[in-house]
Amino acid sequence: MVNPQLVLDEAGLERTLIRMAAEIVERDGDRIMLVGIHTRGVPLARQLAKRISETCGVEVVVGRLDITLYRDDVGPWRPAHKQPLLKETFLPASIDGQVIYLVDDVLFTGRTVRAAIETLVDYGRPKAVRLAVLVDRGHRELPIAADVVGKVVQTARDEDVQVKIEEVDGASGVWIGKEVAHVG
Amino acid sequence: MSVEPASALSSKDLVGISGLTAGEIQLILDTAEELLEVARRPIKKVPTLRGSTVVNLFMEPSTRTRFSFEVAEKRLSADTLNFSASTSSVSKGETLVDTARNLMAMAPDFIVIRHPNSGAPHRLAKVVPASIINAGDGINEHPTQGLLDAFTMRRHFGRLDGLKVVIAGDIRHSRVARSNAFLLTRMGAEVRFAAPASMLPLGVEELGVKTFLRIEPALEGADVAMMLRIQRERQSNVNLPSAREYFDFFALTPERLKLAAKHALVMHPGPMNRGVEIDSSVADGAQSVILEQVTNGVAIRMAILYLLAGGRGESAAHS
Repeated sequence: MVNPQLVLDEAGLERTLIRMAAEIVERDGDRIMLVGIHTRGVPLARQLAKRISETCGVEVVVGRLDITLYRDDVGPWRPAHKQPLLKETFLPASIDGQVIYLVDDVLFTGRTVRAAIETLVDYGRPKAVRLAVLVDRGHRELPIAADVVGKVVQTARDEDVQVKIEEVDGASGVWIGKEVAHVG
Repeated sequence: MSVEPASALSSKDLVGISGLTAGEIQLILDTAEELLEVARRPIKKVPTLRGSTVVNLFMEPSTRTRFSFEVAEKRLSADTLNFSASTSSVSKGETLVDTARNLMAMAPDFIVIRHPNSGAPHRLAKVVPASIINAGDGINEHPTQGLLDAFTMRRHFGRLDGLKVVIAGDIRHSRVARSNAFLLTRMGAEVRFAAPASMLPLGVEELGVKTFLRIEPALEGADVAMMLRIQRERQSNVNLPSAREYFDFFALTPERLKLAAKHALVMHPGPMNRGVEIDSSVADGAQSVILEQVTNGVAIRMAILYLLAGGRGESAAHS
């Protein structure tokens, strides 16, 4: 990114995660499953689960979801034989009748979330599916909204939002800037 | 030897292992690993290839491979059309290329072909725009079988590099042996062919494998024992006196299996002739992964279809 601007530093990210964890528990209690969407949603879901267990003293179940096979730009819609790499889907328990929180780092067009909902319902019939995102950057292309939002960031369409999580990136924080290589 | 997976396949077709790089093989195996999970879901289907059409063109008898492809295609939501030699115009004298051109008028995205002539898929790949997947051509290659065999080994040992793999039986007529030899040597495994001299192919040295005229020394310390069927249909004069004699000298029996490593896997691409190349108790024993090979085959074929897909949105692609 060119001249990335810090919008959430490490301490800010920590406070945001604690607040998001509290909002989730306030809304649905601790009998929930957090499901992180690859890539950054996976460590974020683990981080949220950790905050929930620290504040409520209960362990919440954490899964991970690969939405690639459900994306609206894979298969026939890709340039010839250039398909994205698949990642692991792991749901530690049945999702039937559960309240599921999909967790992702950035909510942008909403296409990822659409694919995530479709992926999830092929595994069962949850009681409810909710969405928790660290950053809502606007520019929705589908009628999708988050239930729990860490931070709303005003962005231009061509700007890039970069979320870093200590356990995968070795640093924590959120930056925006003009994109160099698109990662979405 | 640790191989980085390629980011994509470089060809529109899968005609043989010999055209794949180690990185491409790694990509296919990694993709299959994730696709295995689809079979364990309550809904064993993903929408990825909806609207795509696959023609399964089988000019030779096949049950396992044809079913395996069909299941893979359906799990990816593709539409499938099945042509077999006995019901198609091929039996009325139409050439392969004419058949394929007619099929192209139905706009398939993939043609899966099994053909008695070596090189038929390569020929087809040059004349039609669809992705051609070789499901076995003559005595040349059977790439998806080679991939599923390697996938099965990698799932058990966590690697291919350094494995000692015995392939025993009618190697001369075996496209499975050829695809396995190309693949395993490329990935750093040691391949040992064990067969009577009459069943070893000419030019076997070029494959980079070790050859044995008896099975016992080949099995010494082996990690995998892969038994092949005697292909009577491909032999002009059957090169063995009797099935009984073959069993006595070459079959995998419990005693012979003891020569291999304790953890050795027993594999067979099927169809299996019990009491000819393999003893029943070994085929059904604790070390046998023969049925796992079948399950893994579906995931490998899904991976190939997935990785070869694309191109329709070329003009309307969104980033």
